[in-house]
Amino acid sequence: MKKLLPLMRKYIVFAILSPIFMILEVLGDVIIPYLMSKIVDIGIANQDIDYIITIGIIMIIAAILAMVFGVSSSFFGANAGYGFAAEIRQKTFEKIQGYSFANLDSFTISSLITRLTNDCNTIGQVTMMSLRMAIRAPFMLVFALIMSFRINSSLAKIFLVALPVLAIAIFFTLSKARPLFLKLQTHVDKVNGVIQENLTNIRIVKSFNRQDFEEAKFKKRNDNLMYTAFKAISYIIILMPVFNLVVYSTIIAVLWFGGKQITIGTMTGGALISFITYITQVLMSLMMISMYFMNLLRGSASVSRILEVVNTESEINEISMPIDEVRDGSISFENVSFTYPGSSERTLKNINFSIKSGETLGIIGSTGSSKSTLVQLIPRLYDVTEGSVKVGGVDVREYDMEILRHKVSFVLQKNTLFSGTIRSNMKWGKEDATDEEIIDALKNAQAWEFVSSYDDGLDHIVEQNGDNYSGGQKQRLAIARALLKSPKAIILDDSTSAVDMTTDAKIQKAFKENLPDVTTIIIAQRISSIEHADRIIVMHEGSIESMGSHEELLEKSPIYKEIYVSQQKGVIGQ
Amino acid sequence: MNKNKKPQLKPKNIKGTLLRLFSYYRFYKGLFAIGILSIIFASLAEVAATGMLSPIIDVFVSDGILKDAIRYILIMAVFVIIIALGQYVGNRTMASLAQKIIHKIREEMFSHMEKLPISYFDSHSHGELMSTFTNDVDMLNQSLEQAVSQIIVSTITVIATYTMMIIISPILTLVVTIMLVIMFFIIRFVGSRSSNYFRNQQIRLADMNGYIEEMMSGQKVVKVFNYEERAIDDFKNRNDQLRKSSSRASTFGVMLMPIMGNLTYMLYSVIAMLGSFLVIKGSISLGNIASFLQYTRTISRPITQVSNQLNTLFAALAGAERIFNVLDQEVEMDEGDVRLVRDYNGPGKHGWKVPNKDGSFDMVELNGHIRFDNVDFGYVPDRQVLKNINLYAKPGQKIAFVGSTGAGKTTITNLINRFYEINNGSIFYDGIDIRRINKMDLRSTMSMVLQDVHLFEGTVADNIRYGRLDASDDEIREAAKLANAHYFISHLPKGYDTMLTVDGLNLSQGERQLLSIARAAIADPEILILDEATSSVDTRTERLISEGMDKLMEGRTTFVIAHRLSTVHDSNAIMVLEQGEIIERGDHDDLMAEKGRYYALNAGIIELD
Repeated sequence: MKKLLPLMRKYIVFAILSPIFMILEVLGDVIIPYLMSKIVDIGIANQDIDYIITIGIIMIIAAILAMVFGVSSSFFGANAGYGFAAEIRQKTFEKIQGYSFANLDSFTISSLITRLTNDCNTIGQVTMMSLRMAIRAPFMLVFALIMSFRINSSLAKIFLVALPVLAIAIFFTLSKARPLFLKLQTHVDKVNGVIQENLTNIRIVKSFNRQDFEEAKFKKRNDNLMYTAFKAISYIIILMPVFNLVVYSTIIAVLWFGGKQITIGTMTGGALISFITYITQVLMSLMMISMYFMNLLRGSASVSRILEVVNTESEINEISMPIDEVRDGSISFENVSFTYPGSSERTLKNINFSIKSGETLGIIGSTGSSKSTLVQLIPRLYDVTEGSVKVGGVDVREYDMEILRHKVSFVLQKNTLFSGTIRSNMKWGKEDATDEEIIDALKNAQAWEFVSSYDDGLDHIVEQNGDNYSGGQKQRLAIARALLKSPKAIILDDSTSAVDMTTDAKIQKAFKENLPDVTTIIIAQRISSIEHADRIIVMHEGSIESMGSHEELLEKSPIYKEIYVSQQKGVIGQ
Repeated sequence: MNKNKKPQLKPKNIKGTLLRLFSYYRFYKGLFAIGILSIIFASLAEVAATGMLSPIIDVFVSDGILKDAIRYILIMAVFVIIIALGQYVGNRTMASLAQKIIHKIREEMFSHMEKLPISYFDSHSHGELMSTFTNDVDMLNQSLEQAVSQIIVSTITVIATYTMMIIISPILTLVVTIMLVIMFFIIRFVGSRSSNYFRNQQIRLADMNGYIEEMMSGQKVVKVFNYEERAIDDFKNRNDQLRKSSSRASTFGVMLMPIMGNLTYMLYSVIAMLGSFLVIKGSISLGNIASFLQYTRTISRPITQVSNQLNTLFAALAGAERIFNVLDQEVEMDEGDVRLVRDYNGPGKHGWKVPNKDGSFDMVELNGHIRFDNVDFGYVPDRQVLKNINLYAKPGQKIAFVGSTGAGKTTITNLINRFYEINNGSIFYDGIDIRRINKMDLRSTMSMVLQDVHLFEGTVADNIRYGRLDASDDEIREAAKLANAHYFISHLPKGYDTMLTVDGLNLSQGERQLLSIARAAIADPEILILDEATSSVDTRTERLISEGMDKLMEGRTTFVIAHRLSTVHDSNAIMVLEQGEIIERGDHDDLMAEKGRYYALNAGIIELD
């Protein structure tokens, strides 16, 4: 929490004013019953109409002022709360922008989304509550207590019994109910689990005729949920009657002892009536305090989830005097090993190779052979555990990261287009790209053909995730976007899997002819995508099994040959 | 499809939805009566207890006869006990009723969901249905728990308090009435402003959530493109907009409390002033003022509470409408009267029992013949997906479908098991029109292996057993061996008893696929449907899988949909589909010789999307 509080700075005035105005409102609310007792005791007793009017008007003014103070406090509180939430959201988002890939892997996407949305909102609400309710309730309690002691201190001693009784009752109920509510959540999750599972598996459920089986499973969990919910709620239900019991018992006690004092003349009727109002104010405040604590728990869960994000430090750090020019696109791996954070097994083992600037390198191997991991080390998406990766003859850790990633373009396996237009997506590669540059890149990626067929061309809309394009089109757009960076090296991580072979061949040809100086690394499942590469690496279980040209590998690599043969099966010329 | 569809906040048909909701209470008439009566008693007792202030204070102030005071106090104590008991019994009953009804609604929804036709799931996203199941049900739960009793309590309290006020002093009551009318208009004003701002905030929130979702999903791309700074700027703008609209909405939201609270105090002040005049005039007593002052507080509280709850209540009703909408969807029809009889002619000899019009029936042996006769199909009436499909599969044959996405490959297989109903033509299974066959029986003779394998929470063995619930452990092992899954399963930490959780232990795509093949194998179906079963695994894993599948396919009629052509070349017949029509058919050699589309695909001249 200490870490987040400084984020309040921008809204500190609101955060200070809100409680102050709240206290002023409470003062007004507490003074009114006291004034009322004066009307009764002095005004009525002396039949002094002027006095009654004067005090009455003062009361009305007090109520109006209290209203103004209250509304102001709402305004300040809401601005402070949601301002604070916005600052936290901003800070969290910025933190995530600074994450490394390894950091990102340690959170699921959906959990990051929840943190940025729900958790931040909850913090806003709870902050507002802390500035208002958490101030109002205790001050009201104390002020009303002071007033009741001033009116009649011997009668006010009844509070010394009533308050602890109510407090214990609240504490007992909530401490019983809380674990049950936590348990309730797991039951809710279980029920939702079956629903989710059935939604995704509905075809399987139906084709195996398992509807009754699933319904039985659901019924069991649904029953459990109901029982637990009812058990938890049955504790909360006690609160209201107990509260009323305490309030009315206190009123009865006050009436009895106060009444006896009236008969002997040590108390007045007006004082007794105002006392009754203070009883509700005091005890109601206690209830509000307990409610606040319940909400606070919700807020603290959100805070700790936010802190988890904010406290995660990216382990990819830049050195103090980074190199800001990449000389050429040559790449070399020297004794490189890599272990994913939290894993005990080495994912890459002792990798050694080097390619010259402008060369094309193909990488092939089965899933899990760590092809992607290998290439992700080049633009420092991950840092090596041992050894050194060099681009342009310099260890990648010595570069300014932005420059490095700008010059080493990477087309991810799971690529995302963003909602907008084709042009807005292309500008990710180069912010000030001209239409000519964009069209050029689209041509090289063999995407211009379909883009130019749209009436609105570059302004053609891109839906979220690029859902309105086919897999092959999306991949080609992603390649064009990466080309716009005018990189010295480009890495295609299985980026043409949905593109047909002819187009794939055209892309390779365009790369060779139009981008002769750009080093190209292609990871592929299809041999045809890489067979013309200058060199091909065959990966197997985290190591290089062999390396060479297509012809050489057919001779010396059994894995390569196996893949080749299986892909030739059924194809002409067998 | 717009994923960030704005949630409907206002119900369309309040009356109908309310009536339907209340119809759920009919199962629990007794409990409902007890609950309502208890709550009503408690509310009345509360008004009465406050009314007792008047005689008690008057006794002390005027004559001070303790015996009278004790009597009144005892009466008040009785009211207090009624309050506490009534509230406890009432709230408990209503809460348990709410739980029971929500439980029932959830069960009805799930059971209904299981019976909905596949087409429903095509046109509604999982997220949408999930949100109805969770958010809408949750909202309804809260409203049933609180709103129902609160509205009853409020109505009773307002009526009873008003009656008591008139009895004490009609003039003061008039003042209260005027004040309440003013309050009502203020609530209306603030309320309408607040709901405008609230709607605005919801829109901003939806926009923000959409943006966050997109950026978080594409976060790795952001990094690769050094887009962080620009993303932060973009975010800052939206965040600021959201902050402004939230602050405004929330200011108006919480403003109601101090306004109403202090208007009540104002009323309290006016009553104290006017009441004092009346006391001096002698028309009411001091005790009357005490009660009346308390009443000013009890009468405004329900009004504030109900107006506070109104927004939530409307949202809950809108949710209830969505729930009922799901429940009103038509379920899958099954009018088939042809039943499957297992082992009717010795073990393993199954047959169809076909009833005749005269009450007798014929037995037809179950073989796995499938014939399509001029079949037309469209998901929506005026858009045909399949046109004039004719095909014939003999038992044990392997039929492959090849073609672009949207050509109708998957659709054909989904017609065989009647996930969808055809528009024209007929499909015959062993010579019987499949529309005559009982759906459960029909599907029990088929197994599907799909591209995206989704497993169920449970052990590995449970997941295989899903294919046949009474399978023994040995049979499960056999099926796993057949599917080439035994090897990797025995290397799992707990072998067949390893728990698979949704996001816990992660099997690779290939391993999951092997499990789903084992699951299909244990069902021992006559017909097998393999829909792109190997397209997301690499060639080496694919080999392992196809070995398993080859064994599985022996002796079964198999329909294969494949992206990779190497998996279909040994089929008895290959159908090349284009825009819903079979444009080429024959075996691999025939089609290669034909030098048509299949040939072009093989040569890599054209692209499959």
